[in-house]
Amino acid sequence: MTKGQKILISGNEAIAQAALDAGCTFYAGYPITPQNEIIAYMSEHMPLQGGVFIQSESELAAINMVFGASAVGARAMTSSSSPGISLMQEAISYIAGAELPAVIVNVMRAGPGLGNIWPAQSDYFQATKPGHGDYHCIALAPSSVQEAYEVTKDAFRLADMYRIPVFILSDGMLGQMMEPLLADSQGSMADGKRKKLSTIDYRLSTKKWAATGCKGRDAHVVKSFYMNMGELERFNLELQEKYKKIKAREQKQEALYIDDAQVVLVAYGTMARLAKEAMAILRKKGVKAGLLRPISVWPFPEDIIKRLTVSGKRVVFLVIEMSYGQMVEDVRLAVNGRAQVEFLGRSGGGIPSEEEIINKTVALLNC
Amino acid sequence: MKKVFSRTSSLRDVDTHYCSGCGHGIAHRLIAEAIDELDIREQVIGITPVGCAVIAYNYWNFDCVESPHGRGLAIATAIKRVRPQNIVFTYQGDGDLAAIGTAETIHAANRGENLTVIFINNAVYGMTGGQMAPTTLIGQKTATSPRGRDIGNEGYPLKISEIVAQLPGVYSVERVSCDSPKGVLKAKSAIKAAFKNQMDNKGFSLVEVLSACPTYWSLTPADSLDWMQNTMSKEFPLGKIK
Repeated sequence: MTKGQKILISGNEAIAQAALDAGCTFYAGYPITPQNEIIAYMSEHMPLQGGVFIQSESELAAINMVFGASAVGARAMTSSSSPGISLMQEAISYIAGAELPAVIVNVMRAGPGLGNIWPAQSDYFQATKPGHGDYHCIALAPSSVQEAYEVTKDAFRLADMYRIPVFILSDGMLGQMMEPLLADSQGSMADGKRKKLSTIDYRLSTKKWAATGCKGRDAHVVKSFYMNMGELERFNLELQEKYKKIKAREQKQEALYIDDAQVVLVAYGTMARLAKEAMAILRKKGVKAGLLRPISVWPFPEDIIKRLTVSGKRVVFLVIEMSYGQMVEDVRLAVNGRAQVEFLGRSGGGIPSEEEIINKTVALLNC
Repeated sequence: MKKVFSRTSSLRDVDTHYCSGCGHGIAHRLIAEAIDELDIREQVIGITPVGCAVIAYNYWNFDCVESPHGRGLAIATAIKRVRPQNIVFTYQGDGDLAAIGTAETIHAANRGENLTVIFINNAVYGMTGGQMAPTTLIGQKTATSPRGRDIGNEGYPLKISEIVAQLPGVYSVERVSCDSPKGVLKAKSAIKAAFKNQMDNKGFSLVEVLSACPTYWSLTPADSLDWMQNTMSKEFPLGKIK
């Protein structure tokens, strides 16, 4: 591949390539379907770029390796799928508590438990309202291979800027699907002419806090433990300030035909592709439908929903998910009783079809 | 006046939070002295565990990373791979290294990571209040083995050093005991050698340090040393294992 040339690539591989192009120098992972293309791609390409690839003994080890690599200043990533992410949950809280940048890819499959390897969106809660302690991760949900590439690259920037773990919330459909990708990779993936990272300008921010050996400075400690009275509360308030800043600056969405919409379809990721098609068909039928597609699911794009609803204009939100209702809670909070919020969802392998979305929308407007 | 002895520069001038007779203070100092004698303080990155020694970085004057419970060797692996120019060591207790972190220990050892591991074995969980550890002796009473460790119910003391020594990727394993001035000196030379091995790119080196916990052994500090010499070191024989 040369710069400016389109290639056909899967969503999983696009995420891996994006990480390499963003200057990710460390990847650790453990095999789990449906994300295995990421770890395989990294094992092939990361060493060629001069970075470190490790197939770890578990997801626990993988995320803690990311913790370690990040603590000494590397741009680090891991990837997994739903049950594997559950195993990583503890360390993600430590990463948030130690204010380390990290990128974590969840190619969601259906649950609970081992569930199956079909695509699902049932880990929304886990990504947006994560594990123990008061913390947040930024969570980005692409809905095409191209966007998977772009948000993954951006995830490294956001992770460094805010010193925060960033989730890429993909799913088995998007991960396995192949689409054309226009990447801005420097050098070739196939011809062995990839440049070593040291020669690539990836604008890695200077990480003055990293533990790199105390030559010429006081010792650094990377930690999340605050034992003294009041110390943890003060630290948590600082974290909350950071989250407030992120909420104010980093909400990201695609909004189509929402200004005159009687019904706004709200969907993200793979589900939003079907919702978009349904919206187009509804518009052809004369139904004023719009689409709100959150790209950042944390911070959730609540500002645009507030703007749509404070005017008192009558609008119905139909939230469609490959789950039994997770993002719908955030829509209800943003709407705050000012409009009707309805839900359509399937999970366990099923995906709401265009027809189901259209029928539900028409039924809503007729009642 | 000529100064003949002073605190080594890798140790800070702070009060201890450890109990009377606790072995952690000795081990901290031995590590600090070994690092300074090898003149590597500015290259060292220490990984502290979850347990009594989590705040070892309050005593040590070099860069440290605090690990989630048991994951020290996953973190150390990544750090050393990313920054091979640094000297990376983990400091881990028996619960951390030999219970919750067993998988990380075995796999880092098996990969032959060029790391130094200081494994503090005091046969009990200290920070949480004296519960049974994987290394608790048969018959030893703890908060969670109140009738004494029973092999039918709790199994045998886990000899992780002997297990690790079997792995081809491991360069050196030694068990020492801080139970006497002589034992402390031996411990120091083992710790120093384990750092030197890493500097020479020899690979994975583990030093198991038998260490006193008078509080949760319900013994005086002096009786604790006797117990280590006469009982604990019978279960955990001292010396070079590999």
